[in-house]
Amino acid sequence: MSAAGAATLEQARQFGLDETEYRRACAIMGCAPNLTELGIFSVMWSEHCSYKSSKIWLRKLPTTGKRVICGPGENAGVIDIGDGEAAIFKMESHNHPSFIEPYQGAATGVGGILRDVFTMGARPIANLNALRFGSPDHPKTRHLLAGVVKGIGGYGNCVGVPTVGGECNFHASYNGNILVNAMTVGLARADRIFYSAAAGPGNPVIYVGAKTGRDGIHGATMASAEFSEDNESKRPTVQVGDPFTEKLLIEACLELMESDAIVAIQDMGAAGLTSSSVEMAGKGGLGLELDLDQVPVREENMTAYEIMLSESQERMLMILKPERQELARQIFAKWELDFAVIGRVTETGRLVLKMHGTVAADMPVGPLVTEAPLYERPWVPSPVLPEIEASDVTAIEPIAALKKLIGCPDLASKRWIWEQYDHLVMGHTVQRPGGDAAVVRIPGRKKALALATDCTPRYVAADPKRGGMQAVAENWRNLTAVGALPLAITDNMNFGNPERPEIMGQFALAIEGMREACLALDYPVVSGNVSLYNETNGSGILPTPAIGGVGLIDDAAKSIGLALKNPGETLLLVGETKGHLGQSLYLRELLGREAGAPPPVDLAAERRHGDFVRGQILAGKIAACHDLSDGGLLVALAEMAMAGGIGATITLPPGTAAHAFLFGEDQARYLLATNAPDAVLKAAQSAGIPLLKLGISGGDALTLGGAGAISVAELKRINEGWLPAYMAAS
Amino acid sequence: MQAAIIVFPGSNREQDVHDALLRVTGKAPLKIWHRDTDLPKADLIVIPGGFSYGDYLRCGAMAAHSPIMREVKARADQGTPLLGICNGFQIVTEAGLLPGALLTNQTLKFHCKDVYLKVETSRSVFTRGYNAGQVIRVPVAHHDGNYFADKDTLDRLEGDGRIAFRYCSEKGEVGDAANANGSARGIAGIFNEKKNVLGLMPHPEDATDPLLGSTDGQGFFKGLAEALA
Repeated sequence: MSAAGAATLEQARQFGLDETEYRRACAIMGCAPNLTELGIFSVMWSEHCSYKSSKIWLRKLPTTGKRVICGPGENAGVIDIGDGEAAIFKMESHNHPSFIEPYQGAATGVGGILRDVFTMGARPIANLNALRFGSPDHPKTRHLLAGVVKGIGGYGNCVGVPTVGGECNFHASYNGNILVNAMTVGLARADRIFYSAAAGPGNPVIYVGAKTGRDGIHGATMASAEFSEDNESKRPTVQVGDPFTEKLLIEACLELMESDAIVAIQDMGAAGLTSSSVEMAGKGGLGLELDLDQVPVREENMTAYEIMLSESQERMLMILKPERQELARQIFAKWELDFAVIGRVTETGRLVLKMHGTVAADMPVGPLVTEAPLYERPWVPSPVLPEIEASDVTAIEPIAALKKLIGCPDLASKRWIWEQYDHLVMGHTVQRPGGDAAVVRIPGRKKALALATDCTPRYVAADPKRGGMQAVAENWRNLTAVGALPLAITDNMNFGNPERPEIMGQFALAIEGMREACLALDYPVVSGNVSLYNETNGSGILPTPAIGGVGLIDDAAKSIGLALKNPGETLLLVGETKGHLGQSLYLRELLGREAGAPPPVDLAAERRHGDFVRGQILAGKIAACHDLSDGGLLVALAEMAMAGGIGATITLPPGTAAHAFLFGEDQARYLLATNAPDAVLKAAQSAGIPLLKLGISGGDALTLGGAGAISVAELKRINEGWLPAYMAAS
Repeated sequence: MQAAIIVFPGSNREQDVHDALLRVTGKAPLKIWHRDTDLPKADLIVIPGGFSYGDYLRCGAMAAHSPIMREVKARADQGTPLLGICNGFQIVTEAGLLPGALLTNQTLKFHCKDVYLKVETSRSVFTRGYNAGQVIRVPVAHHDGNYFADKDTLDRLEGDGRIAFRYCSEKGEVGDAANANGSARGIAGIFNEKKNVLGLMPHPEDATDPLLGSTDGQGFFKGLAEALA
């Protein structure tokens, strides 16, 4: 096969392009593209790079606000956090690679998202991850979980960025398609953000970082296809991570960014040199001419096709001011990283690749980007599920139910996971993993960022719009629960095959729900990632729009956690409890039913209740706070007791059905512990906030007035026991 | 006290120990890049935590042969206090300044968590800020901190009072249940013969700020500053 020869429709199909797309590529080229050019079309037009199925829906999301410096479209989103500083963040999936090769798949997922953030000039200060695995009974789950956690730790620990939070749940729908979503948050000077648009014809194009090998070729295409049983054979498309080189790359780039040398910079992520060069040229409305003989390679006889499509990790592409080239070279030499001038910016608007004295590819950049396919795929709404009445749900003795719930895979402590992550390095982790949100102080300041990831996929599956809304609302609530003001989110949309109308319906409606929540909560989307085709053999995952949120608290010392601090504190329940059991964990874990409509989300109530709770926390009135979510009230109380090693006694309001009151998953609720109950009650009254005095902290047991008791030690044994025991079994 | 922190490619807790020294002693330490063979005068040399050279060989093995280590060894031989924390402990041990080796944790996993340490002796520049037998709470964050040495070496370390810290329970009991990583005799930190070199796996530098959960590490740096003022 000659690189110069015309590529056929058959080859295009192998690369994941359909006939229409192939014809369009031919029309843009004026003839059939050669193999290298076809490869570039195929990755740029892959779902992963082009968002061709999702773009029309993503446009509906609110992406602006007074805090937003840069919304979606760059490497990551940028928000203003005051004092001339900006937070830069994004979440990105590495689902397919992590299923094929869990350690490297997850590790390179972390590496990729770190690069997206420091590319823009930010020092990464925190990592989070949202993980979804198959049923614990599935033979692959244990191996995948062990590998993914080790991979995330192996990379994050080595680069020295604390991994401070995240989530992990299990469901059989992920048996053949796990989700590994990694989020990085970085800190930059607001007046020194780096973007990717090429500028200045004649400026040198610089390649820095690790050498290019044959790993990961066509990774973006793989990530845009369904899995089948032969996916083991795709292992060569998974890249190999080198966190040490990444650490050097972070330090070298940040050192260079101290000067005014960089015109534009873009990391080489999915589709490597192809997407980085096309995006830089496309955004700048210019052309690039690259001499592929200058690209540092680690293998012999690499073709132009291989160099352009390689997804070798820890590489960056930069356009420099010519007079600063020598300074940049010295910095990269200090950090012992490759530095090569591989081309220059041109005015032609074409991407021209030269190799061995011949032209390996010559294609117009504009049409490659602007004429990328865009699909308005047919969609159907999900069937509406009935509301489930508490009276139709079997009432189980509360303590027995609690024991089952806190030991179930979704609610069991994830300490086994987060203790494998260095969550303390850098020395600013004020609230550690295991709470509603992590709190990471800004170096040299009193203020801190609050960070969390959230999604309740079973809600989204049951009612995509409510589920999308709930994911955003819960995330907002989690940041509020530590005392922070939620500022903006990144979203990681994990769905099945968009060519199926019911999947596209889930996507469209989840976006609609998210949109409403973002608007109501003043919580714009500033970055994100879409991962479609999360299916194996035609069976899709639960729709999972994972939300990563960033909030701000002016004084880190005012942030609080969920642990009960002292005996004798009054427990107050904020929000209305109707006892909604549809799609609850109670229903699923105790009665084996995944049924009914998920809880409704009253966004106005969310906002009112959240603003009230935050105000009380910042006023110093609250000792501990926990948002109510999976498992409902009693699970939340048990978590507060376990975290503090202090018990509590509560009484149920007369006339309530205990199972619905204790385990219903009504939204917009918080549980507070306070030693100033009168003041809080008074404030709630005047603000019109529903507030219920539930009981008091103290003792070494959780006691339900008239409905049994359980020691905190026993709760802990169950809650902490499940995951280590599961992982130790074989 | 003027401290100098040696920074290798892959070091990642140099800022933590920098901030702790500044917070507790009021004086900013110097950061020395590993390629500098010219080590400025310092009252204390610190080799911080991290993954020097990626630790792709044995942990600390590459850094132990870095040019600056010759100068560090010479200073330590002359009596300058040398503190190796975590990866620094591994490097100092690989460089032959301390006996034994740090093996992979017994669980084969990385662990980041708070542990309790029993201060074995207050008679050193590093531990004079504590009382012997005192229990302190500080974090660990490592994958290879399982201290190993042969029986004779361990006996000699104990006999010479060269064990600085052991892992223990909140009440100070040393034993398997409180052993963070499987270390021989629960050892978390040891001295050289002259007790001017200390290697330890835990991170006292990450326990110096009241907002971050524990200030039990302050005594460590306070004691050093008083001794080396």
